[in-house]
Amino acid sequence: MSTGTATDATASRTVTAATATYRSLARTLGTGAPVYALLIVLLVALAATDPGFYEPDRFLAFVKRAAPLVILAAGQYLVIVCGEFDLSVGAVVTAGVVAAAEVYGTYPDAPWALMTAGLLLAGAAAGLLNGLITTVLRVPSFITTLGMMLILEGAVFYWTGGSPQGRLPQDFRRLGRDTALGWLPWAVLACGVAGVLVVLLMRSDFGRTLVATGDSERAAHLAGVRVRRARVLAFVLSGVAAALAAVLVGGFSGVSAQAGRGYEFEAITAVVLGGVALGGGRGSVVAAMAGAFSLQALFTLLNLQGVSGALESTVQGVIVIAAVGIGAADFSRLRRRTHPPGTPPDTPQVTPPGAAPGPPAPTPPPPATPSRTPREGHPHDPQP
Amino acid sequence: MTGTALAPQPARAAAKSRAPRGRGRLADPAVGVWLAAGAVTALGWIVVAARGGDFLTLANVVGILQNCVALGLVAVGQTAVILTGSLDLSVAYLISLGTLVAATTMEDGSVVTGVLAVLALSAAVGLANGLIVTGLKVNAFIATLGTAFILRGWIEDNYTGPAGKVPASFQHLGYDRMGPVPVSLFLLLAVTAVLWLITRRTRFGHHLYATGGDEHAARLSGVRTRRTVIAAHVLCSLCVGAAALFLASRLGAGAPWAGTEARYDLESIAAVVLGGTVLAGGRGGVVGTLGGVLVLAVLDSVFNQLGVDPFFKNVVRGVVIIAAVALYARRGARRSA
Repeated sequence: MSTGTATDATASRTVTAATATYRSLARTLGTGAPVYALLIVLLVALAATDPGFYEPDRFLAFVKRAAPLVILAAGQYLVIVCGEFDLSVGAVVTAGVVAAAEVYGTYPDAPWALMTAGLLLAGAAAGLLNGLITTVLRVPSFITTLGMMLILEGAVFYWTGGSPQGRLPQDFRRLGRDTALGWLPWAVLACGVAGVLVVLLMRSDFGRTLVATGDSERAAHLAGVRVRRARVLAFVLSGVAAALAAVLVGGFSGVSAQAGRGYEFEAITAVVLGGVALGGGRGSVVAAMAGAFSLQALFTLLNLQGVSGALESTVQGVIVIAAVGIGAADFSRLRRRTHPPGTPPDTPQVTPPGAAPGPPAPTPPPPATPSRTPREGHPHDPQP
Repeated sequence: MTGTALAPQPARAAAKSRAPRGRGRLADPAVGVWLAAGAVTALGWIVVAARGGDFLTLANVVGILQNCVALGLVAVGQTAVILTGSLDLSVAYLISLGTLVAATTMEDGSVVTGVLAVLALSAAVGLANGLIVTGLKVNAFIATLGTAFILRGWIEDNYTGPAGKVPASFQHLGYDRMGPVPVSLFLLLAVTAVLWLITRRTRFGHHLYATGGDEHAARLSGVRTRRTVIAAHVLCSLCVGAAALFLASRLGAGAPWAGTEARYDLESIAAVVLGGTVLAGGRGGVVGTLGGVLVLAVLDSVFNQLGVDPFFKNVVRGVVIIAAVALYARRGARRSA
């Protein structure tokens, strides 16, 4: 529970043993605690609705369906944790699928490995462009990747004349369809490998650098971090993740102009559901991926419950807002309770007469950083 | 970044002090975007004329202005929200729902009840957005995305296709003209003028800028930042409601795709940013936004005249948006250096 060193330092003197155990648990889980709870609730609900859900092949099918979103969420996490957005991933997925079909139309005998590698490279190139425009030209990433989304979608449809045609050969679709060793779908394997790689990455120096960059760009810069390089690399990796998702989605459902539509928002939702702060510097990648699994579990559950397809998005909207809202509210209330009556809160709360209704929060509202994120325990906050 | 920017500072500071006030005005994005709109128009005129066409015909100019109205209304509202450092992604679905509510209410009842119903719906959605952002402390991006999902489910559950019918008396708003000028343009100008007055001439407007510039500082100075953000969201949604009413009168019925097909959510944010409003809040204004909308509309019209592939238009749009913001970023960096 990374809620600022000042809060932790003063509070730890007063906490009781009971809260101490809670704290250590909360610290291990990080800001992602709510998402694990949500995931468990959803999985239990799934089991209750459909007793056969945990039969190995059905469960693996569920994981397989979740794989593209999990991979996208991992890529999106890298970008979000360093304080940026990537809205172009959905367009990269669409563009990847359509472009692969188009290339296969011209060269029907292209080997699938070459094609996959080519797609991953193209995804990296799109990410590189995003990163360079964001860092060198200092365009906010929301706009950069929004522009990239328009450009990619426009370019792909311009190229194909509005209706993507052609089909993907079986050996290319194998990664999305077939299984390894007879039981393990390749998509699950790809998802697992990507997950392990990204966890290792976040434990490496680069990962720490990335989080530091998102937390405070200036402090990271002064500490010798090559801020721009870290950000560009994050965008590149997000592009690669999107391309990998494109290979999987192409394998699942073939060529479609709608292949990646909406994935960018789903990925961001998954990451935020995982307790990762938009604006950077907080949250773990495992929680982000758990967020993606939760989202997929939610979709599956709604399907099983027979909620009409139309209302599905309503339920999704309510749950997303509620989950994020509860996550935000719980932590602030917990911190408030750790101050026994009589102890002054950590930070002097200046409340102008008649202003700011509601109980005072222990930490003042964050200064508006370029990224509009409620960031608690910000380094620039006045310390007692 | 600061390190590299420090070195040439003396020279720049000297240049700055020498620069006359007019140049500072020119560097203001709001002025720049209007100049850009003029430049794009001139360029379009030259290109179209070279192809043997005539760009600046009365019909074409009126068409361009007419095309500005819907996006303009949304973007002006979006400006108010972005100025406070928030944003609204639910506008597209709110437009769709607005047209449906307008058309179905007007089918059975009077025009007035239809207008009131849409405005009430908009205000309620705006209030909900504002309360979720400030009360639940959900990031605006997620909060409004969530409301967008909720609205989408509502629309898909209740409407399968175009619904309702707008009476002929209400269609005057979409189709009538005063002389050559479409009536709807006056609606846009009126809404913009009201928002300009609110943002630039009232206490609430100053609070908007203060909240967006530095919420913490604004709060410590006695600004009720929560109320400000909520009010901005309500204001934005009311503008979106106006856009929905305009589209309903234009379409003659409500349509579930009215707002989503044109992607008013992302387009409006693009127009706002094109108009020089900073995405993080605190700087910019509705006048620049109107210029941004005009640039997009003129570009559209030029491409139509040239018969450019509609998909290629998106490519150019993306490039223009990125390039414009890159330009602003350069200027901003120079000023702060």
